Amino acid sequence: MRLLKKIVAPAVLALSAIGFVHHASAQEKSATLLNVSYDPTRELYDEVNRLFAKQYKSTAGVDVKIEQSHGGSSKQARSVVDGLKADVVTLALGYDITAIEKAGLIEKGWEKEFPGNSSPYTSTIVFVVRKGNPKGIKTWADLVKQGNQVIVANPKTSGAARWAFLAGWGDAAKAKTYDLSKADQVKASTDAAAAAKDHPAYNSAEARAYVAALYKNVPVLDSGARGSTVTFAQKNVGDVLLNWENEAHLVLEEFGKDKFDIIYPPVSILAEPQVAIVDKTVDAKGTRKIAEAYLNFLYTKEVQDVAGQLHYRPRDTEVLARYSDSLPKIQLFTIDETFGGWDKATKAFFADGGVFDQIYAVK
Amino acid sequence: MSKRRRVLPGFPFAMGYSMFYLSIIVLLPLAALILKSAQLSWDDFWKTANSDVVRASYRLTFQASAAAALINGLFGLIIAWVLVRCPFPGCRLFDAVVDFPFALPTAVAGLTFGSLYAGMPWIEQILIGDWVTAAWNSTAGRIDALTLGPRTLSGLNELRVVLMLTFVSLPFVIRTVQPVLQEWEIETEQAAHSLGASNWLTFRRVIMPELMPAWLSGMALAFARSVGEYGSVIFVTGNIPGKSQIAPVQIMQQLEEYRYAQATAIGVVLLGVALLVLLLVNVLQWWANRQAR
Repeated sequence: MRLLKKIVAPAVLALSAIGFVHHASAQEKSATLLNVSYDPTRELYDEVNRLFAKQYKSTAGVDVKIEQSHGGSSKQARSVVDGLKADVVTLALGYDITAIEKAGLIEKGWEKEFPGNSSPYTSTIVFVVRKGNPKGIKTWADLVKQGNQVIVANPKTSGAARWAFLAGWGDAAKAKTYDLSKADQVKASTDAAAAAKDHPAYNSAEARAYVAALYKNVPVLDSGARGSTVTFAQKNVGDVLLNWENEAHLVLEEFGKDKFDIIYPPVSILAEPQVAIVDKTVDAKGTRKIAEAYLNFLYTKEVQDVAGQLHYRPRDTEVLARYSDSLPKIQLFTIDETFGGWDKATKAFFADGGVFDQIYAVK
Repeated sequence: MSKRRRVLPGFPFAMGYSMFYLSIIVLLPLAALILKSAQLSWDDFWKTANSDVVRASYRLTFQASAAAALINGLFGLIIAWVLVRCPFPGCRLFDAVVDFPFALPTAVAGLTFGSLYAGMPWIEQILIGDWVTAAWNSTAGRIDALTLGPRTLSGLNELRVVLMLTFVSLPFVIRTVQPVLQEWEIETEQAAHSLGASNWLTFRRVIMPELMPAWLSGMALAFARSVGEYGSVIFVTGNIPGKSQIAPVQIMQQLEEYRYAQATAIGVVLLGVALLVLLLVNVLQWWANRQAR
């Protein structure tokens, strides 16, 4: 027995001591910036950081080193709340930034601090199907047909999955849509969002029935967007994948254009990944000026172009027009006009006991 | 077999230090966990830890863990037996292979299993084909009907979890039983035989009492390890709430909603059950030891 304990105890200790230690070294007086971002933006910010360092060196004469952290959007927000010293956060959905605001690290009104809802690029939710679209899936309504298997992540744990849920709901509730590749339509949509008082979409019985039917067709609920991609593309489960537009392009690039097609439904949601300065950190570190310059830099033609190349939709309609091949026109509705923002939508749909929980309530 | 008692110098100091070390490393975080969940009122605690979907996830976690521990109990014993006797050249290699599940990141293991099923569906057919699923469903259904009410779990998904956990917790039983077998004196067996005992009687009355404590603790460790397993399981099951979702996924879900206290509440229940099982095993060991005398 004594020998046994000698062998097993260290093994058990080692196994039980699994934990994450976040370590962010932030030395004052040196221009180091930490950008805490979500999962798929690695390539984007690699490029952005390289360009920004060059530009800031030539204009302000300061050497800036930008450190990156990536992970699931909500998990990243939690890390910041729990003490990760981020200067800026660039997350998948506003709700996660609001969570940091509620913890007292970001001042109110951050959504208005930068142009376009503090969202330098947008995206949307599209379908990926097997080559040739054997099941003929073209619209949101096709997803709930008998025998169509839909792969989408769990909206409780994935940003993309939340956008997908809202997209399906909004389509069923006949939300008002816009062609956001035109500047006047962009303005019309933001004005409508500001003026919207009540949000009838919440009371749509069709929409409620639609999402209940949709999740009946989901055989696997992964915890994150990338996980659902793996399930669909690598494990070959399901007929259609709901995911970010940029992730859909990645599937074609990674797994072969000869295996999959991207299908643009007639209507989808305008997904707005947002950015914010973490006021408490920049004030403590004295990096506010650089952080502002950094986030404003995301709106320059140069970066907008990089975003377009990586299949994010640039806010700048001129730049967007250059990528009309890979980012075709699609009718979009906004979360602000249709649902009155993330707080309301989260409470109604994704919070404990919300619509999503009701769908899966054990009978 | 008499135990040699060695008198170590400086025992009180060592004891004090051990207690201190254990408190810092193990007890303190556990206390923090319980404190965190204590932020909830009893009502809220109960509401979270006892909602239908969470209950179904406990059921899946504990049933699959228990099944994996039992499977490993049986086959781990056989493997350990073979490895100790080492009847063929190259079985040392197998001995090293046993530790693989310890060293492999569980996410990698999960991905491997998932891709394996996807690429070669017949493997899954052999391991957990229709008749196995049917047998499992009827057995688990009976157990459930006696204890927890009707089943909502999906049998195939549950078996996938069992298989995954069996892989992850494979080394425990083998590594606990092996040293006992290694020190086993073959003469004892021979003596039993010469006194007219059959093979089965020898095994039951001579070998098993000696093995029992180690074997039980190996299974208990395998069970406890399986209860907390997350990384690999999420790759092989559908993670559908109420049907194929394990309890650790429920915990992650609560965390994503910034409901820390609720997440720890579910964790405390897992911990409580795991502790109960370990305690039960200790009682069993004590009983087995008394039987052996």
